[in-house]
Amino acid sequence: MSFVEYSELIQEGDVVIIFMGHDSMMPIKVQSGAQTQTRYGVIRHSSDLIGQRFGSKVTCSKGGWVYVLHPTPELWTINLPHRTQILYTTDIANITLMLELKPGSVVCESGTGSGSLSHSILRTIAPTGHLHTVEFHSQRAEKAMQEFKEHKVSHLVTVRNQDVCKDGFGITGVADAVFLDIPSPWEAISHAKKALKYKGGRLCSFSPCIEQVQRTCEALLDHGFEEICTLEVLLRVHDVRTVTLPLPDFGPEEYYADSTQTTSDISQEDVNTSVICRTATPPREMAGHTGYLTFSSKPRDQRCE
Amino acid sequence: MAECVNDSDEDSRIAYGDYVVLKRGEVFKSVQVENKKKVIFEKQWFFMDNAVGQLYGTMFEIVAGGSLKHKPVKRAGDSLDSKEAGQDNRHIVDDGRSQKLTRDDIETLKEQGLKGQEIVQQLIDNSTTFKDKTEFAQEKYIKKKKKKYESDITVLKPSTRLLAMMYHGREPGKICHLRYDTLAQMLTLGNIHAGSKIIVFETCAGLVLGSVMERMGGFGSVIQMFPGGGPTRAGMESFGFPSHFHQTLHEFPLCKVNAVLAGKLDLSEKDTENSRSEETAAEKNSEAQSMEISLDPQEQMRIAERDRLRELRAQEKKVKMEEKRKKLASAAALLQDRNADGLVIASRFHPCPVLMGLLKFVAPSRPFVVYCQYREPLIECYNKLREQGGVINLRLTDSWLRHYQVLPNRTHPVLLMSGGGGYLLSGTTVDAGTAKTKNPHKSEEPDAKRLKLEEKASSCDSSV
Repeated sequence: MSFVEYSELIQEGDVVIIFMGHDSMMPIKVQSGAQTQTRYGVIRHSSDLIGQRFGSKVTCSKGGWVYVLHPTPELWTINLPHRTQILYTTDIANITLMLELKPGSVVCESGTGSGSLSHSILRTIAPTGHLHTVEFHSQRAEKAMQEFKEHKVSHLVTVRNQDVCKDGFGITGVADAVFLDIPSPWEAISHAKKALKYKGGRLCSFSPCIEQVQRTCEALLDHGFEEICTLEVLLRVHDVRTVTLPLPDFGPEEYYADSTQTTSDISQEDVNTSVICRTATPPREMAGHTGYLTFSSKPRDQRCE
Repeated sequence: MAECVNDSDEDSRIAYGDYVVLKRGEVFKSVQVENKKKVIFEKQWFFMDNAVGQLYGTMFEIVAGGSLKHKPVKRAGDSLDSKEAGQDNRHIVDDGRSQKLTRDDIETLKEQGLKGQEIVQQLIDNSTTFKDKTEFAQEKYIKKKKKKYESDITVLKPSTRLLAMMYHGREPGKICHLRYDTLAQMLTLGNIHAGSKIIVFETCAGLVLGSVMERMGGFGSVIQMFPGGGPTRAGMESFGFPSHFHQTLHEFPLCKVNAVLAGKLDLSEKDTENSRSEETAAEKNSEAQSMEISLDPQEQMRIAERDRLRELRAQEKKVKMEEKRKKLASAAALLQDRNADGLVIASRFHPCPVLMGLLKFVAPSRPFVVYCQYREPLIECYNKLREQGGVINLRLTDSWLRHYQVLPNRTHPVLLMSGGGGYLLSGTTVDAGTAKTKNPHKSEEPDAKRLKLEEKASSCDSSV
């Protein structure tokens, strides 16, 4: 198993996602002899998980059952331990496409945070790319390094514990893309420019407040970035359900018809008391604002031509 | 200068045969660079020859005769600084006489070959109200004139981002009105990455196929299922992928899916056709031989030449058929393993039968994603999947995309928004079999307790 490579069978050391029902999942690190408690009973790793196929149904000790899923960055994003506020799949999808990430891309990121976006980037740039991620909180940086090792992707990522606004990303002239999720991204634009390849590259900054976006856009213009584009993507989830709409009762039609038709009218009423519709409705609460995404391109360094 | 050497310029230079994306403002067009071929873009025509050898990202302007001239970025005169400005528009009257240049004057300037920037400067100088406008209004005026009179074109290397924006802007009907943020989500929800085996069914001109291939970077394999006679790949070719990417691409006709599922795909079918064509050729040869005796040498030579050509054509046809058969066989083998790592569907067809048919080829615990321009067919899909089982985490979603203008003291959402980017149904496959029982002593439990456990399992089932 790996976040960047599918496998069929569960092995010791794997991280698997236990699916217990809609909106109810949990990650587990598989270890010989270990046990995991769920509300459906105990999962014994050695007999219930190791050697089983991903996607299997596993019966727990109380007779209930769960599914065991192969990890993906999307499932990890939903289930990861939060050390910070994180980005979710909708924003991550647009960041990945608008930064033009693909296998072989070299990416700089700050801050690392809880590693939600980091896992998605690693999945996309593997096996030949590399992620240089910067986190100035030392415990978060260490925790991220540990997780990358556990998830067997540490060969694709370098974590640096430093302040990106003062010290930069630790590399110069090698990145295809830079992503910023920090409170003062305008202070890191000059470092982002240095990190990007001389032939150019893409940059994205994520900010919840429009004032941050304004200052960032000013800094981008000052540093010669082009194609500046700020957008917001909101996801709508549709709950599929069957609804029954009752039909109104206007009373019997006997006032207009002969009395001989009364019997058939009564039987028709039973048939037409309601209509069943298959539809999809928005949930009661919808995810609202996450942040603005500001994209831009660094043009080729002029002095090299 | 040392850092310049880090990057290989070779693949950064425009060459003949390259697929490129032309950009003017926010309008894109994809073309292939060909020798002395006329290109029409934004109501102008030109030739790409002068772009060859230049670096991607270079800006050009069109000069007389349709050739492209390299334009250095940010010339000294580019910034039209105006120092004087008004406070408001209380004294500005729209009398139609503010611009002292007539339409004929402007046409004359164009014919003289004046650069767009110079025309804009003339328009500013001859506008009686320009100095009375506010600073913001002046910037807006300049921006509008530049857009009209300057013909800067940038030549870019193609990518999913650029091509998705281009198709959505120019030909949304060809891609089932798939907006690029929806495409982005398909790639992410489908967990498209290097080394996986992905099944793609699309009628989006090959754009979805190309974006999947870009994310896989030449590692793994893609099986393109196609309706009708053959796959559409115009959009995929616009990506300009290197040849080793094409070795990861397989194709398989949708009309033979039932045969594969039943294990009855007839790969010898083509052999029959081959032998039939051989028989026909043999017959023709014997006919020709019998006529040879009675004809003069000149006729004999002509007949011999015709026979040779016919043989060559038959040979070519045979080779093509053999290649086609091999492709079919290799794609069928990949499908028969039923261990695909993902399924991506985006087509004009009703998605429900497509999904039900193709999901059988996907391994357990793998994501799938289905796009449809309309929501109702996906509601039907959702319900059928729930009835059938074998999937979890079903989600029906769409997204809402809004752009912003961010400028000092005039930041606001852009007024026009896209009216719809389509809908996605996504989920994860699971083993459709029954749960394995590890506890042999379970049967000894009292009936009442077992009944309670069954109720619990049932409630778990209903929540899936």
